[in-house]
Order: sequence, then C-alpha cells, then structure tokens
Amino acid sequence: MSGADNSGMIKAIDFSSKDHYRTKAFPSPFFTRQQAVNELQEWGRWADYLSPRAYYCSSMEYFAARNASAVFDLTPMSKYRISGPDALPCLNRLVTRQVEKIKPGRVGYCVWCTDAGQVIDDGTIFHLSEGEYRLCSQERHLDWLLTNTVGFDVTVSDETHMVAALALQGPTSCATLKAMGLEGVENMKPFDIEYFPFEESQLMVSRTGFTGDLGYELWVEPRYAEALWDRLFEAGKLRGIQAMGDEALAMLRVEAGFIQAGHDFMPAHATVRTTHTRSPFELGLSWLVDFDKPVFNGRKALLEEQARGHRYNLVKLDIDGNKPANDSFVYTTGKKLIGTVTSAIWSPSAKASIALASVKTPHGQSGEEFLVEIYYQKELKWSRVMARARVVSDVFFTPPRRRQTPPADF
Amino acid sequence: MTNDIIIIGGGHNGLACAAYLAKAGKRVTVLEAAEQLGGAAITREFAPGYQVSAGAHLLYMLDKNVRKELALESNGLAFSQSNMKTVALAEDGDHLVIANNSAQGAGITDADQVALQEYQRFMTRFASIIGRLHNRIPPRIATKNSSDLLTLAKTALDIRMLGRDDMREFLRIAGINIYDILQENFDHPLLKGALSMDGILGTNLGPRSNNSVFTTLHRLSGLQGINMPRGGLGAVSEALATVARKHGATIRTSAVVTRICMQGDRVTGVELQDGEEISASAVVSSADPRTTFMGLLGARNLEAGFVRRINNIRMRGTAAKLHLALDGLPAFKGLEAGLLGERILIAPDIEYVERAFNQVKYGQHSVHPVAEITLPSLHDDSLAPNGKHVLSAIIQYAPYDLKNGWASQKAAFTEQVIDLLEQYAPGIRQQIIHQEMLTPVDIEREFRISGGHWHHGELAIDQFLMLRPAPHSAQYLSPVDGLYLCGAGSHPGGGVMGSAGRNAASAILKATQKDERS
Ligand SMILES: Cc1cc2nc3c(=O)[nH]c(=O)nc-3n(C[C@H](O)[C@H](O)[C@H](O)COP(=O)(O)OP(=O)(O)OC[C@H]3O[C@@H](n4cnc5c(N)ncnc54)[C@H](O)[C@@H]3O)c2cc1C
Repeated sequence: MSGADNSGMIKAIDFSSKDHYRTKAFPSPFFTRQQAVNELQEWGRWADYLSPRAYYCSSMEYFAARNASAVFDLTPMSKYRISGPDALPCLNRLVTRQVEKIKPGRVGYCVWCTDAGQVIDDGTIFHLSEGEYRLCSQERHLDWLLTNTVGFDVTVSDETHMVAALALQGPTSCATLKAMGLEGVENMKPFDIEYFPFEESQLMVSRTGFTGDLGYELWVEPRYAEALWDRLFEAGKLRGIQAMGDEALAMLRVEAGFIQAGHDFMPAHATVRTTHTRSPFELGLSWLVDFDKPVFNGRKALLEEQARGHRYNLVKLDIDGNKPANDSFVYTTGKKLIGTVTSAIWSPSAKASIALASVKTPHGQSGEEFLVEIYYQKELKWSRVMARARVVSDVFFTPPRRRQTPPADF
Repeated sequence: MTNDIIIIGGGHNGLACAAYLAKAGKRVTVLEAAEQLGGAAITREFAPGYQVSAGAHLLYMLDKNVRKELALESNGLAFSQSNMKTVALAEDGDHLVIANNSAQGAGITDADQVALQEYQRFMTRFASIIGRLHNRIPPRIATKNSSDLLTLAKTALDIRMLGRDDMREFLRIAGINIYDILQENFDHPLLKGALSMDGILGTNLGPRSNNSVFTTLHRLSGLQGINMPRGGLGAVSEALATVARKHGATIRTSAVVTRICMQGDRVTGVELQDGEEISASAVVSSADPRTTFMGLLGARNLEAGFVRRINNIRMRGTAAKLHLALDGLPAFKGLEAGLLGERILIAPDIEYVERAFNQVKYGQHSVHPVAEITLPSLHDDSLAPNGKHVLSAIIQYAPYDLKNGWASQKAAFTEQVIDLLEQYAPGIRQQIIHQEMLTPVDIEREFRISGGHWHHGELAIDQFLMLRPAPHSAQYLSPVDGLYLCGAGSHPGGGVMGSAGRNAASAILKATQKDERS
C-alpha cells in the first residue's frame, strides 16, 4: 500500500517538515474513520491523497446514495482561495462565464480554457463572502492561477490541505443534517452556502454535489474532521448513511450527465497532442461561454471557433441492451465511424445502458440514431454487438427532490 | 480628426515604419516620449560641447532596402568613416588588425590567415540565409497560407542550395557555441577573442553559451562593412524622420504614451501622460514587447497564456555604455595613430571573454570586462570642440539586475573600466574632462527599453522568426485587433537596421486593406 512507511503506519500530512514532498500519498483527515469502515481496503489515489475506491461494495454504496445517503471524502479536491480587490475581474478573465452572476453565498459551475479555447478543467466557484472566492476542481492548477494574477490586485492561495470536506448525497441527507443540529439547513436552495456553528469552529455547508440528486457538501478545518464524520454517522444511523468510494460516485455522475476531466475531456495542460483537447462548445457547455464580457482566456479562439464551426459534440446516449459500452466506437447507422464513448455504465436508476460520447459534428442531434460497438465476454468467450443507441437531450436521472426546498423529511 | 495610424516611439524602427506608411498614403502620427528622436540610435550631448551616439555607436546592419527605398543619402545621411577595421588590442602593444578578410600583426600565422578566409566564407554564406529572412515577414508554421509556405520553402531551399558539405556544416553549427567553432579553426588568441565578440555583443551570452553561433550569424547577416555616420548614429534617425515628414507624417516629441486604449476587442487609440487622448484606427508600437503589452496595454486586457509568454521573454541587458570627453587623443600602447579611428576591442583572448561572462551568471559585473571602443570625433569635428575628443565604448558584462543594485556600485565599476583603459592607454585617466556611464538600468530609464536590452529581448533561436517576440504576436501583429509591433523586439531583432519597421509597415498595410475590404 503506498503511503505507508516501514512501520505500516500512515503518515499524516506535515507541511512544517521540509521533506513532506517525499510522502507520495497522504491520508485524508478522515483516514482513521475511513479505515475503520473500509472492509475492502481498496485505496486509490486522488492527486496526493489516498482515496477509497470502494468501502464494501460499490453497487451497495451507489444504492445508499440514491435511496438513503452516502458520504464521499472530498478533501483531495483542489481548493484555491482567491481574494483581494481584483478577485472578481481576475476570475472573470480566468473562466468563460460571467462570474458577477454568482452572488455572495452562492456557488457556480464553470470551465476555464487556454488561450486556444481548449478546456483546462471544470469546477465550481464558491462566493464565500463579498469578494472572497474559492475555486474547486479535480486537477491541480496553482501554477496557472498564479499566472492569471499578473496585472491584478489579487492573491491566490492553495487551501487544499487546509480544508477537510465531505459530500453527503441522497434523499435522507437533509434530514441527517437537521438531526445533527444544523438549524434551518432545510431552507437552503441548490447552490446556496450557509455557515453553522460546529465544535469551537464553524461548518460551511453548500447545497452542491456530483450526483445530480439532493445533497450537500460540508467543509471544516481538518482538526474537526473526525468529529464531523462521527456526528454525521451518528445522526444518519437510522437514515441509512453509508460511506461511498470513487466507483459508486463514477456511476452517479454519469447518470447525472456530469463530465469529468481525464474521462470526457483531456485537461489541456496535461495534453501533448493539441488536437485531442476540447473546447467548451464541444463538451456541451456553450451556456457557460459569455461573449458579452470583455477579454477572457480563450475568447478570441472561441469566437473564431463559433464562426468556423465546432469539431465535436458531446452527447448522452441511451443504448439498447444491458452491456455497458465502455470505450466503444460510435458509428452512424450506415456504419461510418464518428466518435467514441467517453463514459459508460449500466444505470440502475434509469434501468438502461447509458453513456456519454464525443462524436464528430454535425452528428449528435437529439434523437439521432447511432450504432455502438460493444465487446463483452462471458467466461472468457468474447462477443461483439453493434447496439443501437439514441441521442437523448434529458439527463438520465434527475429526481424532483434534487431542487425541492425544503426537501422531504425522514 | 482621427488618425489612421499612431506609432508609439520615434526610434529608428518607429520612424522607418512611419516613413513607409506615410509613403503609402496613411495618415501617421509618431509619438516619442523623449525630447529628441532616435531611441537607441541617437546623438546627444553628454557634456557641454560634446556629442556622442548614446546608444548604438557603429552602423553595420542598416537594411539596404530601407537605405535605397527611402533615399536616406539624399535626406541627410552621410558617413565620416566607412569599412572600418577592427583592432584587437594586446596588452604588450603587439596588436592584431583585421580588415577585409585578412589579419595583420601580432605574429599571425599563415595557417590562421587561411583559416580566417575560410571562416569568413562559410560564416558569410550561412549568415546570408538568416539575412534573406530579414526582409520576409516571418511565416507561421502550422499553416495553409500560401505566402507563409512560400517563405518556409524558400528558406529550406536556401539551406539546400548550400550544397552537401556546407549544408551539413550549417546544420551542425547553427545551434552550438562560437567558442567551439573558433577553437576548431584558429590558434591566435587575439583573433579568437576578437571574433568571439561578434557572438556576444549585446547578448546575455558568453562565447561558450549555446546560441552564440546564431547571434554571430545574425550580426554578420546584415554586415555591410562597419561604418560611422557623420554626426553619429542620430543621423540615421534624423534622415528617417525627414523622409517620414516629407510624406506627411506628424512627429511629436516629449509625448509620453501612458496607455493604449481599448474598446471591446479593438484598440481605439492612446492616452498621453498629460491626459490627452488620441484616437486612431491602428496603433503600432516600437517600444519593447514588455513595455507595450504589460506597461501600456496591461496584462488584464490580454489572455493569460500570452501574458506568461511575454513575461518569459528573456531581456536582461548586459551591455553598459561609457562616454568620455577627452582633453586630447589618447595614446594606446603600440597603436599607430592612423588606427585610432577604427573599431578597437579589448578581448585579448577567448578565455578572457568567457571569464568576463562568468560573473554575470551570479548577478555580478565582470571583474575584467570586454570593450568595443570608438573615437568618433577623430573623423567628425561636429562632435567635440577643437582639439578635444569623444570616446564611446560598449562595456560588457554589466547585468541589468546587479546584485545589491547599481546605485552603490556604478562609481566603482566606472573606475574599474577606466583602470582597464589605462592598462592599454596609459595616461587616459588624466585626459578625462567629463565621463558618463550608462548601465542597463540607465539605458532602461533613458531609452525606455525594459531590462536595457540591446535587442528588446534576447536574440535566440527560440525567440526568432515566428517566435519573436512570442507566438501570437509574431508577424508584427498582436492578439489585440488594431495593435501592431514594429520595434527591435520583433523579427529580425535589434541593431540599427530598420528592417523591423519596414516589414511591419508592409504587414500593417496588408492587414488594414483586409479590414477595409471586410
Ligand atoms: C548600449 C547599446 C549599444 C548598442 N550598440 C549598437 C551598435 O553599435 N550598432 C547597432 O547596430 N546596434 C546597437 N545597439 C542596438 C540598437 O541600438 C537597437 O537595437 C535599436 O536602436 C533599436 O531600435 P528601435 O527603433 O527598434 O527601438 P528604440 O530605439 O528603443 O526605440 C523605441 C522608442 O520608443 C520610445 N518609447 C518607449 N516607450 C514609449 C512611450 N510609452 N511613449 C512614447 N515613446 C516611447 C523610446 O523612447 C524610444 O525612442 C545598441 C544598443 C544598446 C542598448
């Protein structure tokens, strides 16, 4: 197991030590609690952290999120504090959307691009309080963010390791938080941020998540991490709370139609072959590109792309049969190769084989039919099907409780 | 009334660009911050009654086309000296004199003579490949544009036309260092020292640094003999200004541009220090790229990847300039009076030059600097009172970012340089009436060149052609509509050439025609 030293102990992150970089994988502040319930001991990596792939059974963890509530450790996510008089203009130059529309106490989804208009990553901007922002993303971006500060009166600091975070997702999540004593949490609307007293400190709660369901994200100082975990599981005990790993989350996010760096697009800064990246338009994110604001990274290239036409469409596919279409080629019904599947699962909630796929324009119109080439095996005997698939415009799973305020009590 | 085109900076490139654009019928206004035109190609007083070429002091790269097309000779340009020799000073007074492919004195061997001729032959040949690019707008690489492809093809052809042996040699040496080349070809220390100066003058390189063959070839590429304009280098700028005015350009001095104004994605004009706003449909900047983009336009008006590229341009000046007003002609040990007016070098051997460079790596100035010395007043009595003289010398290495700053160390450095001169010309210290030392920091202040850099940014293979000053602002364009570049920071770089100004004018004419059509 990586991250363990010779004594078999996991070293906690210690930035006062000069050689902290020698440790390849850090335990998260929730590690002791995660380890206690991690029956499989299947640890993966997320940047410099150990991150559980699954705790006991990824399908059961998935069902906990859809039918009760599931807890996912978000600590490894990159978190950057952006503050100072020019925080807003600096962010507006960084991302493609109008940041002014994200009011204090609100969260907004965004993407940011290279000058060539190619997506570096997607993430969320938390407008913590007037002029104070936090940018969260899967990949690390400190170098790019610092480059973006030149000419602005703004400071960017990496607070990834200074904030411990859990996602609590699922229909009983609100009730669990209420039971934990968060008064008024039921009044939070999607994308709201609220602060609640916690131990001698403060708990920040945002009604956000990566599951397309009712859910919250909880943010505390690392020293209160274990207390948060304990109180959450205590309050959720009778509400079906379970810990959840990466594998379950991967299913949930495809059902919600959310894209992920490294799967549905290559982060432009980590891509050697420049034609393998995607613009926001090519990821179905044109609603995030606001040409009404002046200079932003990629503006010129994106204007040109808009005039010239896009190369790809990212589509949601509903595929016949029950075989997940991982890594499949996508063809027209006339068998012309036009793209590849980027993410695929058998969706337990939609009861369908679903996928996200990148196809060449002009293909990808709603209702268009494709053939998807699926290889599968039964006891080492391989077969191939050319399954019919349809482009759908609606998200595969989007329950009304996702937006309902106040959510149902349990 | 709105102007067609505003040009920021009345250095020689800004003025050349203005002349070409005005000639093509554009309404042009040049705005120069200083009281006097010329930028780093200027003649100005440095002590009462004494004039000096305060920046560039020798003319050897002036673009033939500019000279002819703008008829500079009929507009005031004349020469006090042409085809100057190079004198490589020896401490013992047994100097080496290099002229027209041959060297005399200092016991030079026949073998070195032959080697020198061969060296001049192949270097001139290789330099001409780079030279032919000076008058071409640099091509884009990944392109379907036919003129870009033609330029690339022509360059490839130029290299092929060298023949098998020379082509192989060109490809071998283009990326390596001048130290190795000179060691391979020559024995005489003075000869190697003198020739290495072609690779390092105005650069942040020592003879052993990679890229120093490229800088040598660049310098040789425009070489048409080393000349001294009558009245100093300012005469080139004055002639260009005269031509520009004749064609109707307006030229203003003491006009400091503080801001390039933008609306939407387009440049709309400039704002001056006194608050005056001048609108124009295009703005052309001859200021260095960092001043233009970071200072005048502002990083916030640019996309971040481009900002990073501009900030990463290497532009650390290492050349200082010494000006002396002398009570009479200095006497260099063993140097006959007839050679005093030539180009005089202190670079006694190539190891000395490399050692002079060693200190700059660590933020110090050379302990034993190298120098390129001229006595312009010897053949031009307009520069000094009767019987008195002016010495102008380029001194290397004096890094822009000297550890602990220049303020406290400039006086001592000046003394050290005068001690060095005293070694070769005993008694010169007593002849000094006035002295002026311009460190790169002073050069930055006087000429408004970031880093005080000779070329507005290091001349290197990765900062040349379509990479100069940075991708997306090559071809004299910029990421901002209506903003163009025309100074030494653009292709083909610094030195008093006028090529950047001329090429920029043709790129701008092409672009504005396209704008008018659409
Ligand atoms: C010490 C030294 C010695 C050199 N010796 C030689 C030599 O011997 N031979 C040779 O060929 N070359 C030499 N060079 C190189 C040569 O002088 C330069 O490369 C060349 O003069 C650059 O010309 P330019 O017109 O591109 O830019 P510049 O001459 O730098 O002109 C730019 C102009 O823009 C103006 N400007 C900048 N900002 C503003 C603003 N905000 N508002 C208005 N105006 C502004 C500046 O005042 C300046 O006049 C030397 C350079 C240095 C520094």
